[in-house]
Amino acid sequence: MAETINVLIVGVGGQGIVAASNVLANAALAAGCDVKQSEVHGMAQRGGAVSSHVRFGTAVHSPVIPLGEAQFLLSFEKLETLRWLDYLADDAMVIVNDYRIDPITVAGGKAEYPADIESRLASSGYGTLLIDGMKKAEAAGNFKSVNMVLLGVLAARLDLPIDTWKSAISRRFSGETFAVNWRAFELGRAAGLNAEP
Amino acid sequence: MKRLFSGNEAVARGAFEAGVQVAAAYPGTPSTEILENIAQYPQIYAEWSVNEKVAFEVAYGAAVAGKRALAAMKHVGVNVASDALMTAAYAGVNAGMVLVSADDPGMHSSQNEQDNRYFARFAQIPMLEPSSSAEAKAFAKLAFEISEAFDTPIMLRMTTRICHGRGVVELEEPQPVRTRPYVKDPQKYVMMPANARVRRTVLLERMRRLAEYSETTPLNRVEEGDAEIGIITAGVSYTYAREVFPNASFLKLGMTNPLPMRKIAEFISRHRQVYVIEELEPFMEEQIKAAGLNVRGTDLQSTAGELSPDVLRRRFFGTVPKKAAGNDLPARPPVMCAGCPHRAVFSVLRKHRAVVSSDIGCYTLGALQPLNAIDSVLCMGASIGMAQGYARVLEPDRPVVAVLGDSTFIHAGIPALVNAVYNRVKMTVVILDNRITAMTGHQENPASGKTLQGEQVPVFDFEAVARAVGAAYVRTVDPIETEALERAIGEAIACDGVSVIIASRPCALVDRHQYTGVMMIDKDTCSECRLCLRIGCPAMSLRDGSVVINPDLCFGCSLCSQICPKESIHRTRVNVEG
Repeated sequence: MAETINVLIVGVGGQGIVAASNVLANAALAAGCDVKQSEVHGMAQRGGAVSSHVRFGTAVHSPVIPLGEAQFLLSFEKLETLRWLDYLADDAMVIVNDYRIDPITVAGGKAEYPADIESRLASSGYGTLLIDGMKKAEAAGNFKSVNMVLLGVLAARLDLPIDTWKSAISRRFSGETFAVNWRAFELGRAAGLNAEP
Repeated sequence: MKRLFSGNEAVARGAFEAGVQVAAAYPGTPSTEILENIAQYPQIYAEWSVNEKVAFEVAYGAAVAGKRALAAMKHVGVNVASDALMTAAYAGVNAGMVLVSADDPGMHSSQNEQDNRYFARFAQIPMLEPSSSAEAKAFAKLAFEISEAFDTPIMLRMTTRICHGRGVVELEEPQPVRTRPYVKDPQKYVMMPANARVRRTVLLERMRRLAEYSETTPLNRVEEGDAEIGIITAGVSYTYAREVFPNASFLKLGMTNPLPMRKIAEFISRHRQVYVIEELEPFMEEQIKAAGLNVRGTDLQSTAGELSPDVLRRRFFGTVPKKAAGNDLPARPPVMCAGCPHRAVFSVLRKHRAVVSSDIGCYTLGALQPLNAIDSVLCMGASIGMAQGYARVLEPDRPVVAVLGDSTFIHAGIPALVNAVYNRVKMTVVILDNRITAMTGHQENPASGKTLQGEQVPVFDFEAVARAVGAAYVRTVDPIETEALERAIGEAIACDGVSVIIASRPCALVDRHQYTGVMMIDKDTCSECRLCLRIGCPAMSLRDGSVVINPDLCFGCSLCSQICPKESIHRTRVNVEG
């Protein structure tokens, strides 16, 4: 693998972003890549905006993705998608969970949740996949597995062997939890394989 | 075997491979996972100490007694431990002792962004700075060797991106545990003036020998590239600089105290222009310039905030990236969790128009909208200390209240409470006891009744302590019972002396099923007064002009229903969580 693949994973604290990043990073490691991953803990866990950078390839230096260099944006919440568009490369792919969590500023009526997210994404020029992640996660057995659904969608667009994903997910979850998460991942991957573009 | 490790996991692994036997810390982002991971190795005694000074002393005592030991803390934790550190540097160690300082450039979750490299220079101890997880493990191991070879505590200085960044680490076999015999040696370990004067000379001579070591160690290496541009850098800054200057020559420093000045001079002489790229303070640049060498650094770089490849590109090439994202997006600040009953305390304090000095923990978020209930936050324990100053100055009928968490009270609140009682202050202390150190990700503390390695211990008795130090009024209340809470706070504020309220209920994230069902709004009776929104619960929101509760986020704590004047909010029987 010559070039570095940069995946930016974003959303709201508590959505399982760090777990998803870990699984992706471990899948890339199992595929023989150099990997770096970076996120911020702490206050950001309490319902704040969270982002995680995953980079893999032959040799990765910086643990953070430079602006304009992410080939993939995996977004767990609609509004958060817009916050990170500056990080995207021109030919980037955006995968969005069709789910809304109001920031406290919106909840209290001090700010408006943007009504035009879909049209802004459409006019951004990036390939966009809007995924009903919660519904698929519930179908898999637990709405909290939404992170594995989204990872599955991403997996359909990445050149990593399927067994590396399986080993990465089984490293994190065991028993029935693994079964639910693997089902969620497979549902996401099917959606990713079938979707345009 | 190759594994993907965070820098913190890597330090823990390095400590294990180096044969460490004792490790101590107080939790603090971004350092916390070091001890959590060390605790996974049953061979090592690992503890949460009640504060960083105690953690340092425990580790230092173990090292003096003959076993390798480690203490870990965040940057501001070293402030607390610094009293012990400064003199430990004089006395030296026996077996190796490593102090891990986890700094937080950019203040992702800290009250300042102090550069702790100055602590290594201040205390005159050697310092290593890893730039990846692999180096975090390797440097942790080597740090013990250096500590023993030079008979000194040593600092391993990390930053947030190293601590929480993951990278590939090759696992190695642990070294056999060695014990150095303990020999009583008062001249070395009793730091009264006559002995300390002798040790001061030893300290200075040791630093001269360490400077020689710094010149020759492979920790400080040259990566040859273009002769035009040379870059002197260390830590995570090295990885950013490599990204931005792929063809430059690098002097990559792994040991940054003391600096290898001859090696630096030689590197500078071979390059047309040399830049020092470092995060936060001009720690290396100033020393290099003081040696009369010509480099550029802070004239091109700000000393505020975190570095990144983007920041370097902007500073060195003036590159301003495209702006695709809207600047008009609503901010998403962190908030006190849904289901946290402790937010009720802030609602009550606001009613009393109290001056509230707060402390470091989840409840610091009570300063934000819509609770807006906090006047000051400084450092651990300062809530009780500062309140005493407020009480001396503000008009006597103005209620002065200090709020702090269980762990924080034990960390630094107790001496301040003693001071308040001793000096006859009129003030109220509210201990928000959720039986865990929650902000850093749920670490046990004396109020949890459990140690880091899972041992059951007696639960810390706040009420007994408050009474023992002589508080005039002491009550324990459940903050979810808002009426009882209001009554207790009212009595406490009226009390003519030091009053202590222990608001006691476990963290909602730890004990997820303490309530049944979730809350639901009966739209037939709701008058849309929006009073419930003022408690700032993230599960409640305004949608199309109407208040709604997101059942995915609601814990069913019922604070909203207790505040509703129309009694329109009820508990559903079904627990959606499942």
